[in-house]
Amino acid sequence: MNSSQWGPSALGLGTAVATAAVLEALIRGGAINAYIVPLPSQVVLAFERVLVEENVVHRFLLTTAETLVAGALITVVGIGLGVLLHRFRLIRAACETWVAAFASAPVVLMYPLFLVIFGRSATTIVMMGFVAALPPVILKTLEGLAGTRPVLIDVGRSFSVTRSQMFWKIMLPAALPTVFVGLRLGLIFAMINIVGVEFLINFGGLGQLINELAERYDLPGTYAAIGFVVLVSVLFFYVTERIERWLRPA
Amino acid sequence: MNGEPDRAGKAAGIEPFVSVEHIVKRFTTADGSLVAVDDVSFSVARGEFVSLIGPSGCGKSTLFNIIGGLLADYDGAIRVGGEAIRGTHGEIGMVFQEESTFPWRNVLENVAFPLEIAGVPKGERHERARHFIDLVGLGGFERRQPSELSGGMRQRVAIARTLAAAPQILLMDEPFAALDEQTRLLLGDKVLQIQQTLRQTTLLITHNITEAVQLSDRIIVMTYRPGRVKRIVDIDLPRPRTSAVVSSTAFGRHVAEIWNDLREEASRGMRDDERQLRGGAER
Repeated sequence: MNSSQWGPSALGLGTAVATAAVLEALIRGGAINAYIVPLPSQVVLAFERVLVEENVVHRFLLTTAETLVAGALITVVGIGLGVLLHRFRLIRAACETWVAAFASAPVVLMYPLFLVIFGRSATTIVMMGFVAALPPVILKTLEGLAGTRPVLIDVGRSFSVTRSQMFWKIMLPAALPTVFVGLRLGLIFAMINIVGVEFLINFGGLGQLINELAERYDLPGTYAAIGFVVLVSVLFFYVTERIERWLRPA
Repeated sequence: MNGEPDRAGKAAGIEPFVSVEHIVKRFTTADGSLVAVDDVSFSVARGEFVSLIGPSGCGKSTLFNIIGGLLADYDGAIRVGGEAIRGTHGEIGMVFQEESTFPWRNVLENVAFPLEIAGVPKGERHERARHFIDLVGLGGFERRQPSELSGGMRQRVAIARTLAAAPQILLMDEPFAALDEQTRLLLGDKVLQIQQTLRQTTLLITHNITEAVQLSDRIIVMTYRPGRVKRIVDIDLPRPRTSAVVSSTAFGRHVAEIWNDLREEASRGMRDDERQLRGGAER
């Protein structure tokens, strides 16, 4: 272990601590209103309260599980649709622009419709996350497959591979890094929408907790709860990176 | 073969193993039809190393793709052992000019790829892959990823991968074009060594005269567009050879002779390019 390995994380942590310290000083000095922005030290103290009194671990697991289910759905459906669009030129020509347009639509506003269909339940939350996160996975899968270097396909042809070998042994592995960019984006979209819908329909995991704490005007608690949302995001980032390295070492 | 003593006689008493017969390839372009390859015929004997040399635009790569079976839609025939073939064929192993190793597979898995496709069990295919990795001088690098290797090493992985499929004919398209001259000469040594060991029938496509003379038994010189066979030169340098052969006078004489043939073709190509550019500017 040398300093160059610790450097980046030390700089990151240092910056966070320094920012908090400056904020703390500005609030204590009266430059920022303490009723609008809570003291960082209070936010840190609130973590304990949120853990003990608000059953945050349970909510964290709930939001994580919802994101996981949505993530599994976008992986299967998103990659599947991406492959379909790549395989059939007509479908691609017909749909690609629509999918891209859908990617930038504020899908979260469709939650009343989903409430009607699935009720005030975890299903609504998961489906919202799934639908919002689907376009980047489809588009990146398509991009990855279309971007397979022609010479690799020629290598496959020169060894007379079958159609399915061409897909599983050449095109999919070649596309994998791009597919994973889509999956990572998709998981972020899914989590944002899941927490957002939890907040909006006041149901389930961390989003509901944030809603409750904000209603009580417990700002340090709210920020502490948001900290756990960040933790979910970090967890998924770490896991996807591990899976990618396991699937495609390079 | 048996019934055609005159043709066998033409190839200096050696029977042809691969015959390329009257290949014509036309491409349709915006300005009409372009003949890339015009009635090209030659043959390669079993165990022979033949190079096909010509300036850019002589249809070398087109011929590579036709012989390898990647390009259909041509006139003429390719025969291996007397049998006409169309499409990709297990008898012909291709090595590409471009970097073509699979970046997600380590050296061993890259070389074992064709065996995996053929359904050879894991233990056996790894053993056979190791043999070819040793042959190209990459023993000890089996677990490395292509990204950790130099360009020359990656190209050797690609050659080992093609050899692992045990093709009757090794077909290479400027495999060392992207490498520097020193690496190229040293890799030439490696190819000579492999040739010595395997007696591999090889057709090398190149624009590099020294490379062609260093490696070949015969060199087929192509004309600039449309690509025709201009001349076939026998290289009588003794074997076994190494890259040291480049300092011999016989080597120099061959290089000069081939350059003499090629100069005319290359300058025709250059004039053609300039004319096209001028024409484009006037329009």
